[in-house]
Amino acid sequence: MSTTHTEPRPPVLHLDQVSRVHGHGAAEVHALRGVELVVHPGELVAVMGPSGSGKSTLLTLAGGLDSPTSGRVLVEGAVLGELSRKQQAQVRRRSVGYVFQDYNLIPALTAAENIALPRELDGVSGRTARREALAALEELGIPELADRFPDDMSGGQQQRVAIARALIGDRRLVLADEPTGALDSTTGEAVLAVLRARCDAGAAAMMVTHEARHAAWADRVVFLRDGRLVDQSVSRDAASLLVAAATNSVKGPGE
Amino acid sequence: MSIRHGLLALLDQGPRYGYQLRSEFEARTGATWPLNVGQVYTTLGRLERDGLVEPAGEDDEGHLFYAVTEAGRTELRQWFDTPVPRTNPPRDELAIKLAMAVGVPGVDVQAVVQSQRRHSMKALQDYTRLKAQALNAGEQQSDLAWLLVLEQLIFQTEAEIRWLDHCESRLAQQAARSAPAPAPAPPASTTGRPRRSRI
Ligand SMILES: Nc1ncnc2c1ncn2[C@@H]1O[C@H](COP(=O)(O)OP(=O)(O)O)[C@@H](O)[C@H]1O
Ligand SMILES: [Mg+2]
Repeated sequence: MSTTHTEPRPPVLHLDQVSRVHGHGAAEVHALRGVELVVHPGELVAVMGPSGSGKSTLLTLAGGLDSPTSGRVLVEGAVLGELSRKQQAQVRRRSVGYVFQDYNLIPALTAAENIALPRELDGVSGRTARREALAALEELGIPELADRFPDDMSGGQQQRVAIARALIGDRRLVLADEPTGALDSTTGEAVLAVLRARCDAGAAAMMVTHEARHAAWADRVVFLRDGRLVDQSVSRDAASLLVAAATNSVKGPGE
Repeated sequence: MSIRHGLLALLDQGPRYGYQLRSEFEARTGATWPLNVGQVYTTLGRLERDGLVEPAGEDDEGHLFYAVTEAGRTELRQWFDTPVPRTNPPRDELAIKLAMAVGVPGVDVQAVVQSQRRHSMKALQDYTRLKAQALNAGEQQSDLAWLLVLEQLIFQTEAEIRWLDHCESRLAQQAARSAPAPAPAPPASTTGRPRRSRI
C-alpha cells in the first residue's frame, strides 16, 4: 500500500494538561486536575465516573463553554484560548456539536427551528437549513416532531431533538452530556448507533454516560475520579485505529 | 449450559447428524460455547440410552442421522417450561476475590475493583461491536439467536460493572466513616493547598 505523503491531520480534540478550579479560598474545588486526553478523527470516547468526578466540566472545557484554569484546549489544532471571541464562537458553531444534559432547547422555536438555528447563524439559507434539520430528525427516527414545540414533547423527545441539533452540518466534534439519560433502552441504543455511524464516517465524539452498556459503544472508555483520568479501556478494534492514527499520515482535505 | 437440551431443541426441528448439530449449535450461540464433535457424540449416546433420541438412518455419505422421540419432546417442553434454578447462586470468582480482598493488609481493593472494571468494560465493548455487526447482518434465525445470546452476555457484563461501581461507592462510604479526619492531599496537587472533599 503506497500513500502519498501529506501533513498528518491534527487530533480533533486535545486536552493538554488541563485543570479547572472552581471558586476561591475555602470554597475552592478542583474539578479537573492535569487531564491529558487526545481524541482522533473516527473515535467515539465515553467518559465515566462517579458524580462530582468532573465529567461535565471536562465536556464544557472541550466545547469551549468554559476555560481551563491551567493547560490548553485544542480543537482541530487551534488553541481555543488564543482565538478571538468571534473565532471561538465560530468554532463552537461550526466544528463542535454540543448536547447539554438539560437539552437547552429554545422554547419559542419548533424542533426543526431549534435544529436549523446553528446553520442559519452560519449563513446557510433558511430552506437549506430546514432541509438539513428534517434530515437530522429523520436520522434520529423522529420526523413527526418537526413542527412541535419543546413544551409539547417528552424528555426523551427533547433529548433526541437536542442530539439532532448537535449533529447538523459537518460537525467534526460532537460532545454529549448523558445523551441517553432520558431514553428507554432501545431508543438509547438507536441514538448510540447514530453517534457511532457519525464517528465511523470520520467525526469524533465524546459522551458522558453512567450506563456501561451505552459506554460500550465507544472505542475508548476513560474513567474519571476526583478530577483525574485514572484509567481507560480500549476496545480491540480501536486499539489498531489508535496505532494507525499515531503512525500513518491521514489524507489531507486538499486531496 | 445444557448441551443435552440444546441438541434436543435442534433435533425437534427434524433429524440431523452429529457434525450438523455441532455447526447449528455454534451458529445459534455464536461459538460462545464451542462444542467439539466428541461432546456431541457422547451427548447423543446418552440421549439415546435414555430413550430421548433414536437413530434415523444414514445418507449416501454415511452420515448417521438422529431423530427426537416422543419422550424427548416431552423432556424438551419441560425444559422450556421450567425456569432455570437460581437457588444455588453460581460461585462467582469475582465476588469471592473482593470478599477476600477486604481486610487483607496490603491489598488495594479500589485497585482490584478498577482493574476488573477495565477488563469487564473491554469485554463489553467487544460484545457491543459484535452486536452492532449482528444488527447490520441478515435476518436469519441463527442471527437472531446469536443476537439474544450476545445481549445476555452484554446485560450480564453490565450488571457486573454496575455492581463494581456500587462496591466502589460502598468502599468510599466505609472509608469516610472509619476515618473522620480528612486524608491529606495527594502529592500531584501543584498548588499544595489541601484538597476539598467533594459532596
Ligand atoms: N460552577 C461551579 N462552581 C463551583 N463548583 C463547581 C461548578 N461546576 C462544578 N463544580 C464542582 O466541580 C466538581 C465536578 O463537577 P462536574 O464536572 O459537574 O462533575 P460530574 O459531571 O462528574 O458530576 C464537583 O465537585 C462540582 O461540585
Ligand atoms: Mg455532570
